[in-house]
Amino acid sequence: MLRRTLAKGAFALTTAGIVTGRQAIAQGAPVDIQFWHGLTQPLGGMLEQIAADFNNSQQRYRVNATYRGSYAETMVAAIAAFRANNAPNIVQMFEVGTATMMAATRATKPLWELLQQTGVNINFDDVLPAVRGYYSLPDGRMASMPFNSSTAVAFYNKDMFRKADLDPEAFPKTWPAVADAARKLKAAGIATPMTTSWPTWLMVEQFSAIHDLPLATKGNGFGGLDAELTINNPLMVRHMQNLIDWQKEGLFRYGGRDNAADGLLPSGECAFTFASSGTRARILKEAKFDWGTAMLPYYDDVPKAPLNSIIGGASLWSMNKGSGVGRSEAEWRGVAEFFAWLAKPDVAAKWHTDTGYLPLTRSGYEQVKASGFYKQNVGADVPIEQILRGGGVLTENSRGIRLGGFPEIRNIIQEEMERAFQGQQDAKALLENATRRGNVVLRNFERANRT
Amino acid sequence: MRKSVIFKGKLLPLLLMLPQLVITSIFFFWPAGQAIWSSLLREDAFGLNRNFVGLENFAEVIADPTWRGAAENTVLFAFSVAILALAAALLLAVQADKAIRGSELYKTLLIWPYAVAPAIAAVLWLFLFHPQIGLIGRALNAAQVAWDYRLNGGQAMLLVIIASAWKQVSYNFIFFLAGLQSIPKAVLEAASIDGARPVRRFWTIVFPLLSPTSFFLLTVNLVYAFFDTFGVIHALTQGGPAKATETLIYKVYVDGVENLNLGASAAQSVILMLIVVAVTAVQFRFIERKVHY
Amino acid sequence: MAESLTKERGVAGDFTLRASRARQRRGHWMTHGVLLLGVVIFALPIWITLVGSTHDVNTIGRGEVPLWFGNHAVQNYIAAWTRGGEAVRNTRAVPAGTMLWNSAVMATLIAVGKIAISLLSAYAVVFFSFPGRMAFFWMIFITLMLPVEVRIIPTFQVVVDLHLTDSMAGLVIPVIASATATLLFRQFFLTIPDEYVEAAKIDGAGPLRFFWDVVLPLSRTNIAALFVILFIYGWNQYLWPLLIITDTRLETIVVGLSKMIGRGDAQNEWNAIMATAILALLPPVAVVVLMQRWFVKGLTETEK
Repeated sequence: MLRRTLAKGAFALTTAGIVTGRQAIAQGAPVDIQFWHGLTQPLGGMLEQIAADFNNSQQRYRVNATYRGSYAETMVAAIAAFRANNAPNIVQMFEVGTATMMAATRATKPLWELLQQTGVNINFDDVLPAVRGYYSLPDGRMASMPFNSSTAVAFYNKDMFRKADLDPEAFPKTWPAVADAARKLKAAGIATPMTTSWPTWLMVEQFSAIHDLPLATKGNGFGGLDAELTINNPLMVRHMQNLIDWQKEGLFRYGGRDNAADGLLPSGECAFTFASSGTRARILKEAKFDWGTAMLPYYDDVPKAPLNSIIGGASLWSMNKGSGVGRSEAEWRGVAEFFAWLAKPDVAAKWHTDTGYLPLTRSGYEQVKASGFYKQNVGADVPIEQILRGGGVLTENSRGIRLGGFPEIRNIIQEEMERAFQGQQDAKALLENATRRGNVVLRNFERANRT
Repeated sequence: MRKSVIFKGKLLPLLLMLPQLVITSIFFFWPAGQAIWSSLLREDAFGLNRNFVGLENFAEVIADPTWRGAAENTVLFAFSVAILALAAALLLAVQADKAIRGSELYKTLLIWPYAVAPAIAAVLWLFLFHPQIGLIGRALNAAQVAWDYRLNGGQAMLLVIIASAWKQVSYNFIFFLAGLQSIPKAVLEAASIDGARPVRRFWTIVFPLLSPTSFFLLTVNLVYAFFDTFGVIHALTQGGPAKATETLIYKVYVDGVENLNLGASAAQSVILMLIVVAVTAVQFRFIERKVHY
Repeated sequence: MAESLTKERGVAGDFTLRASRARQRRGHWMTHGVLLLGVVIFALPIWITLVGSTHDVNTIGRGEVPLWFGNHAVQNYIAAWTRGGEAVRNTRAVPAGTMLWNSAVMATLIAVGKIAISLLSAYAVVFFSFPGRMAFFWMIFITLMLPVEVRIIPTFQVVVDLHLTDSMAGLVIPVIASATATLLFRQFFLTIPDEYVEAAKIDGAGPLRFFWDVVLPLSRTNIAALFVILFIYGWNQYLWPLLIITDTRLETIVVGLSKMIGRGDAQNEWNAIMATAILALLPPVAVVVLMQRWFVKGLTETEK
């Protein structure tokens, strides 16, 4: 009797267990989505807030956004994790890593495939052309999810311009005019008026796009892994030699690699600089003088110039867990829905106005404009205007860059520039060396990624 | 060599050695083997495409002018650091060996830099040599010497040499002092009675007797300069400007971690391994010989 | 000795003696001079950093190099300790207090770990005979030849595979794989007289009791010396923590300090950086100075 009761009890408990278990599975503990990013504070915090908002808006997925170091460090971490069959669902990859991510076809899932597979819909027709172009395949399908894009602009110290008898509302439009302005500023007592951040991005990549110059064959690498660098062209030589001469003349000051020179304008050491549009936030906080934003200068004897500038920043990639290790449908869907959330107009608009990154869509831009934001924040629309310069129609040379091993190539160009600025070589030698060394990197990448 | 009186037991000693053997296998032999295997492959960053290419990576590395440049930098850097650190330490040790007031205090004051990490030593010297905020940096610029180690390769090399040598002097000092104190006084007294002046005594007697110590220190200093100075370079110059301060070990890091060129980085690692093995083997042979006098 | 010289050499000797005494005095001044110069050159960077850490950020940023203390010491050190700097905009700042704790834990674990496993291995190699004994010994010895810097990337991958990144275990375990301590203990154990072992055997003590009761106490000086050396070694680790730690809560102070010198992220808060540098120095320097005698002895004996 006792035994039968026990047995019945056990049976009841087990069935109950099975039922509650099934219910639990059906209701679903939220699916965990790991998202690794490379944004330091305060931007990282804002990003994590967006993830938190997404989590609060639904029960099925939980995005866990963590800071993994700089963009380069995040890339290394993601690659190592993939090799350990433990890659994150989403990784933020800087723009120059696009080629590497794209070539790793078994590690990354292209965006178009993700959306197709999960049935989530995101409309990319309205996305700013330069943003869309950088992260899409030649046929227009999207490879990764654009998220934080910036471009390069000129920032200048209006007070110093006044002191040098220059019009503080009119930053010079052409490079020769920039040099003249620098001379006047120097005469007015500023030791070295001009500098630049991100020397390669500004003086080679942006420069080529704005002047409709190819940076590499095969449409800047969009057309295949067998591209070769073409930076050794007459206009590029001319501009590099100008920079070298201006440095000798004391007009230009090489401030270091990447964003090392970001502090030179706010601290008052330089009168104007060329930097990422995202530097706006820092200048707002630190500059104790009247300053302005302007579009990048160009050489007006070049027929097509000025075209749009290209973007910098990063995009989001969805990753497989490991080589041959799959993911559940729920995980893929979670990633796709998170991406859709990021593309929502109000989310995208807030991200733009809070951080200074470009608005994702044209209509987002119009919306923010209508709200009077740009009237209150003078100059915040200059980057967008510049991205749309040239009618908003991209050419093969202003679409962006897709070359493998590009971080290394950037360093190579920066190294050759450093040698030139130390007086060890002229512009021609600089570009010859950079081309030669850069092509070695491209060929290595091609060989390593040939399937 | 082993003691003649030992304990019985085969399992216990194996168990005692197990922790070290396990850790050594997992974190030393396995990765070392991987490095060698990796150096024979050409693969993409994600490890999806792997091709066996034999010694091709090695051939490319050795033919690469930037690798040769890094090798030259390393030799220049290592010997400069070693010679500077040894000479300064020897001078200080000779002076500290003399029986003078406060010699114990001097010794303490000269030993503590050993505790400073190379990267921190670099940062401290950065505070002195920074063109805008450094005492010496500003003084140099004021004296019309265009000092900016972030733009001038020679200056950058000079700065990393000074920062690295500064830290190493203490280590050498300790050994030189111990070596000096172990020279039998009788030998020195005999020389002094014979009328040899201090300087002559030093070069004909003291220096030769110190030579085993000097040789040992030379190898230690060179190995230090080859490897432990990664922190100095990373903190101060990141191998720049224009690769002026890129040493072989720094290049392994850049090629592997920043450029994701794993085959080349592994090949460079293997070459470095061979160099260290050679240096250590030479040192060990020499020390063995020393034991026999 | 001076007297005997005088007695033997007479007047001429007296003259030589005074000349040599004068030379001795000159020598003394020179000795002090050289040593003082050495001490100053060693101390100068520290002095500048210490002084700089007591001033406010604008003084240093402007380029005024103070040579004496300012009055911002307390707030700088508190700011560095608790927040990693005063300005919230410093994007890479980690509180120095956290970093010091991480470094202290890491260095202590490394020192203790290395000493522990080396004691055991050396004991096994010296006091036993078992198959593969010498082979294992050589295995351990080879690790001397290859510092971690030469195998970083594969070791990094192993650590990733074992899910040990961003963990204290990952910081400590791969680094205790080396052989210096084992060699030192082996050398020392070889000098323990056979009579001790025989006496223990007669007393019926097994190998473990012998280890605990006799060998360990005898090794005290060596352990102390090694502790200093290995603590410093652990504290000063750079490349390895740089690679495997991205979680700022686990940042060690040596790496964290170098990251504070931004490459343009934000205006450098030099005074906070200097305060952090001083904080980073103090524990290892204190250990060396306080345990100087053991440390010097240990270093010079490892050479043999």
